[in-house]
Amino acid sequence: MADKRFLDAIHDGLYEEMARDASIVLLGEDVGKKGGVFGVSEGLYEAFGEARVIDTPLAESCIVGVAIGMSVNGLRPVAEIQFADFIHPAFDQILSEAARLRFRSRNDFGCPIVIRTPYGGGVHGALYHSQSIEAFYAHIPGLKVVVPYTPADAKGLLVAAIRDPDPVLFLEHKKMYRSIRGEVPESEFTVPIGPAVVRRPGRDLSIFAYGLMTHEALGAAGQLQQEGIEVEIVDVRTLRPLDTKTILESVARTNRALIVHEDNRFAGFGAEIAATIAEEGFRYLDAPPTRLCGPDVPAVPFSQPFEDWFMISAEKIVHAARAVVAY
Amino acid sequence: MPTEIKMPQLGESVHEGTIGKWLKRPGDAVAKYEPLVEVITDKVNVEMPSPFAGVLRQILVEEGATVVVGTAIAVIEEQGGGAARAAAPGIAQPSSPAAPPATGDGGRPRAPVPPETRPPAPRLTPLVRRLVEEHRLSPDELASIPGSGEGGRITKDDVLRHIETQRASPRPSAAAAASPSATRAPSPGGDRQAPVQAAPAAGDELHRFSPVRRAIAERMAQSKREIPHAYGTIEVDLTVLARHREAYKATWQAREGVNVSLTAFLVRAAARALRAYPMVNATFTPEGILYKHAIHFGVGVAIPDGLIVPVIKHADQKGVVGLAAEIAQLAARARDGKLTLDDVSGGTFTLTNPGVFGSITSLPIINYPQAAILAADAIVRRPVVVGEGIAIRDVMHLGLAFDHRVFDGAVAMRFLNHIKQQLEGFAPAGESPEF
Repeated sequence: MADKRFLDAIHDGLYEEMARDASIVLLGEDVGKKGGVFGVSEGLYEAFGEARVIDTPLAESCIVGVAIGMSVNGLRPVAEIQFADFIHPAFDQILSEAARLRFRSRNDFGCPIVIRTPYGGGVHGALYHSQSIEAFYAHIPGLKVVVPYTPADAKGLLVAAIRDPDPVLFLEHKKMYRSIRGEVPESEFTVPIGPAVVRRPGRDLSIFAYGLMTHEALGAAGQLQQEGIEVEIVDVRTLRPLDTKTILESVARTNRALIVHEDNRFAGFGAEIAATIAEEGFRYLDAPPTRLCGPDVPAVPFSQPFEDWFMISAEKIVHAARAVVAY
Repeated sequence: MPTEIKMPQLGESVHEGTIGKWLKRPGDAVAKYEPLVEVITDKVNVEMPSPFAGVLRQILVEEGATVVVGTAIAVIEEQGGGAARAAAPGIAQPSSPAAPPATGDGGRPRAPVPPETRPPAPRLTPLVRRLVEEHRLSPDELASIPGSGEGGRITKDDVLRHIETQRASPRPSAAAAASPSATRAPSPGGDRQAPVQAAPAAGDELHRFSPVRRAIAERMAQSKREIPHAYGTIEVDLTVLARHREAYKATWQAREGVNVSLTAFLVRAAARALRAYPMVNATFTPEGILYKHAIHFGVGVAIPDGLIVPVIKHADQKGVVGLAAEIAQLAARARDGKLTLDDVSGGTFTLTNPGVFGSITSLPIINYPQAAILAADAIVRRPVVVGEGIAIRDVMHLGLAFDHRVFDGAVAMRFLNHIKQQLEGFAPAGESPEF
């Protein structure tokens, strides 16, 4: 085990997979010579050359489109969208082509691409560098959506995504790149796409979170424990396919559910979890499944007080959890 | 139009309040923003203003009772324009087991009284409904269960406790009393008495828990129940340190604007010892010992109704003067009831100061879920053998209560001696308090 930053775990996953399999290529804006704006792909251009680490024009639709073309011709592309805020020009490629290819070709073609992209606020990134986009993409059948929290998961899920025969959207919260550290096994390993994980067991309330929100929820759990409220934290980590079994088992234990995400609330991903619990776990419930989400404003604001107001902190989770437990 | 007044949210971390005193009686007119009731919480006492003008019709929660935020506490007949605020269909009207308010006003038109006089069927969560079916509870039995949820809602715990009590022999077990939510204020009338060990004799008086008292009771019991406590005590000769402090404390006060207390020296030395013995700054978990990286140092402060432990964050990174200033500030905020949740969260180790009250040897209870607590007893002038003679020295007992699952006596005593050596070896650099 080695203690690594979130960012290094992703870098190492990319490096080791590229060293293992020559069909893996990287493409995206500034991923090559610059090593990525966050430095995730640092050194890969030098290690694997310009044919495998490709700087693209500033054209997201092109990046994903080219990746799809590569994938049906035998390569395993890992495309990087520099900020999730800018992924939407590629929406049509992802929705209409990548996610449908297997269905459309009656299983003759898969589309083994990974689209990595940093998302999320709390870094003073303002309107074009702070947004969460998972709800749009988790809605698409045929696309897998993964949001790791621990460095070990980031690496293990990335390796699993690269080896997956179908397209995977891999979301990395940019605030975690340098602030989250953790033990990462030295040997080759994968974390399967799909299963959620209970990060902390508890009896009074299940909190469902992913990415940075898992971190905040764990912080809240510590505070709540001081008050005698034992919270179970479920790190959802794969949004699609969703591990409803683990979610329902947790609610069966605690009888209460709080779903936390940074993305705004209306028709957000939390609604899917809440609906699943309401439909399939109704008889377990001692309180309404409740969501704590970013406010419904058009974007994460720039001004510091407004950004703080937008972001979900451990403090806000403590507050919401108390209300659900008191119901 | 009668409108329910609810227990307000009086701060981020406050989730229940106690009715201190009703400032109006039923029938009294109240102006908008006029103080209506005194509410006591574990952090603040406030007068709650009336949200609108009207006449207080009914008091739903008596003085001294504790209810969760959002519980209806009174009904006010709103003055003028009230009809516009018709209750949404399906929302239960203020349930009034008491008779509708008597109006001794002769010919004036009576306020519209809700036609529904039968108490509405309780609204149950799906889980509670299932439990009721599984355990075949009759409607009467269900009605007898006091609800501890918001607005008196019957929760899972309430039902399970009820079933447990039914199953138990007529003499209720003490274990039921220890269940955290068993201590909620009973709803008026009809509910079962909480199990007690002995019947009260004439003149005995039951003092209901204040929120602070209840929190302390639960935390202490949990700590003693779960943590196998072990203890060690050493003697520390503070003569040099105490003399130095006496000589310079006025100078420091003038220069730094703060009384550099002995506690600050103690925290400084203990924080260093925690760095040297990280297993003392830890928490037992089922998977293993969780060594806490940061040293967040809690210091117990007595407050009128009990005890609160504000936390000095990153205490190991602060000097004696900085610690003294922070301790003074936190203690003042504690006594004024102005501590924030952040001030009392995240502690990894605790110092308690029973010496202030004259204790010369103490066996403190660990501040759950930490691994240890340090107790500083009174400094006593004692005859002490020095070399072949006897000298009068300022001596203090320093005790450690520790979680024996996390570390053993040898570590505990080395940790205490680490502090002792620092305090006894105190070699002041000129007039500075830093060491």
